[in-house]
Amino acid sequence: MAKLWKHAPFIVLAVIAALGLSIVATTRGEEVSALWIVFAAASIYVIAYRYYSKFIAERVMKLDEGRVTPAVRLTDGLDYVPTNKYVLFGHHFAAIAGAGPLVGPVLAAQMGYLPGLLWLVTGVVLGGAVQDFTILFISMRRDGRSLGELIRSEIGVVPGLVALFGAFIIMVILLAVLALIVVKSLADSPWGTFTVAATIPIALFMGVYARFIRPGKIGEVSLIGLALLMLSIVFGQNVAADPTLAAIFTLTATQLCWALIVYGFIAAVLPVWLLLAPRDYVSTFLKIGAILSLAIGIIVLAPSLKMPAVSVFMDGTGPVWKGTLFPFLFITIACGAVSGFHALVASGTTPKLLANERDARFVGYGAMLMESFVAVMALVAASILEPGIYFAMNSPPAVVGTTAESASLAVEKMGFPVSAETIVETAREVGETTIISRTGGAPTLAVGMAHVFAAAFGGPSAGGEATAGSAEASDTGGKGMKAFWYHFAILFEALFILTAVDAGTRAGRFMLQDLIGTAVPSFRATSAWIPAITSTGIVVGLWGFFLYQGVTDPLGGINTLWPLFGMANQMLAAIALTLATVVFFKMKRERHAWITGVPTVWLVTCTMAAGLAKLFSDDPAIGFNAHARRFSAALERGEIVAPAQSLEQMSQVVANDYINAAMCVVFMAVVVAIVGFGIRASFRALRSERWTALELPLTVSE
Amino acid sequence: MSALALIRDALRLMVGVPSYQAYVDHMRQKHPDRAAMSYPEFVRERQLARFGGKGNPRCC
Repeated sequence: MAKLWKHAPFIVLAVIAALGLSIVATTRGEEVSALWIVFAAASIYVIAYRYYSKFIAERVMKLDEGRVTPAVRLTDGLDYVPTNKYVLFGHHFAAIAGAGPLVGPVLAAQMGYLPGLLWLVTGVVLGGAVQDFTILFISMRRDGRSLGELIRSEIGVVPGLVALFGAFIIMVILLAVLALIVVKSLADSPWGTFTVAATIPIALFMGVYARFIRPGKIGEVSLIGLALLMLSIVFGQNVAADPTLAAIFTLTATQLCWALIVYGFIAAVLPVWLLLAPRDYVSTFLKIGAILSLAIGIIVLAPSLKMPAVSVFMDGTGPVWKGTLFPFLFITIACGAVSGFHALVASGTTPKLLANERDARFVGYGAMLMESFVAVMALVAASILEPGIYFAMNSPPAVVGTTAESASLAVEKMGFPVSAETIVETAREVGETTIISRTGGAPTLAVGMAHVFAAAFGGPSAGGEATAGSAEASDTGGKGMKAFWYHFAILFEALFILTAVDAGTRAGRFMLQDLIGTAVPSFRATSAWIPAITSTGIVVGLWGFFLYQGVTDPLGGINTLWPLFGMANQMLAAIALTLATVVFFKMKRERHAWITGVPTVWLVTCTMAAGLAKLFSDDPAIGFNAHARRFSAALERGEIVAPAQSLEQMSQVVANDYINAAMCVVFMAVVVAIVGFGIRASFRALRSERWTALELPLTVSE
Repeated sequence: MSALALIRDALRLMVGVPSYQAYVDHMRQKHPDRAAMSYPEFVRERQLARFGGKGNPRCC
């Protein structure tokens, strides 16, 4: 009896999950509370953690608490430190959670909230969390080696190099798409641009403070930094209200693009203590704080979902991104369901800090469930908006035009009526001149978060006081809070994206120096000036190229770059899961190899299907080549096809299409190569009579 | 460990700084002949390690 009783709470959770899902899936025409989604998802996570991750830990990996971990065996107090599992969970979660799980679900909401929700929940339980957990396990049994090294030793030297090269390209696309999100949120927004620009002097001040005035005082300097950031948000309103200042901080997308490229280069060569590290402090703490507040806010407010469960755009004609549910939903939501990038984190610092083998389950599987939960909240934040507003914000200018009237008309045609006045009013409430075609997900999430925060927590009245002098502030009254929270959300997203851009450019530079170093060994010297400047320049040039292409793309850029990023990320996941599958074969546990094999097959299927569609679809809205053909045919006739405005732009469009198509081919070649090598390695292991995995020998603690 | 110490350690590790106490204890036990770094030196060393190419890549 006692044995059965311990399952009782989980049966209750299963009932809650089933009830929640059936309510959100079947209710039509009435408003459904977002709490059903939140509770259903949370219940499924708990059940999956209790049963599936336990099965993997005990039956498949056979985690052994007596076995000495690298942190214990190699303790140095620096890289290898046995760490409390809750502390380590925080570290790992902060490293894997970023802009991805917040943006993808917002973009996916164009199909309604249900498809995104189902993929987030099943994807994480069977794929994403399994990937993070298995890679952490594999790295932990090999002194915390990195993904590239693991692939080289377990699959082969060539696949190891191919994977390194793949990871580098993915980094470039990731940085470009992140930078594009920042550009899209800040273009023509003096308030947003001012607050984000203010983070640079604030970070420099913090850097000097923590280095010379109060060395090492991280908490103290972070609090000062956060206070200054809040002040800059409040003051941003005055900047936007002042005609002279507003003019200085009103930048076009192209100007912001160049500013980011120049900034990215300078930030990556400055000493880390000056700009990068202090900015990392505030962005990390702000990120954790904002995520927690969003969770509390949604639970307190219990908002209703305005987006339909399933929208008309299931057919692939949506304005936010083109393509049918399969395979495009599964690459649009990458982080939050499965993210290949996490394999790099799970084989980075985390495996060197595990005090006990069995903590790997809580840290690896558990932190990824948490990230998925963040993604579910982002989905909720997008789905509580009026759908008309959502589509007005997320459609390219070519669809909704630039005025409230044209946008209102365009989204009404989509079947989501919203008046021009509501569009104007929403923009005014959040302190912007316009919200039309603010694509990229971040502004939409910010409007949703502002709604939740303003209703659940109110806001600093300073937002109103600061502009007490201006006539506008007095008649907006309580809406000042919404404007404050909107800019708070934009700042929080921009801040950690910029930190990722700094850190990513640096990481990309080291990756490149390492890759070039295989041919020219002198290039490896990381402290030498010339290799550093050259490789930083190359990395910035590469992501800058895709960023510029995205910014000047009349279709909005996100349309093109996000699918490329999603594909890249899922392909890295397929590579990581292939490694895990090979290792299970080599451990002679092929009977259980399906736990990573099945998600590998699914990810390879989705990404190959998406890649093939991007290459060969006859629909110019989907296929790069079809798009290029259409434009080059018109170019031959000397015609200009909208949205291009000159023959020069026309040839630019064609060139971009071919470059994007080539990227697609490279991604697909990388994944086919790794999976091919993986299958070969698995067959070899299957034929072998004994264990062939290169795990370090067991040491038992005394 | 008290809850407050746990939260403090978690916040520090989030930005790449592990427990200083653990480092000092380790140095005292295993390398009594060598001088341990001061706390500011320790933070600086961890900062360089975090962003010097060997640290975690930042996620999306």
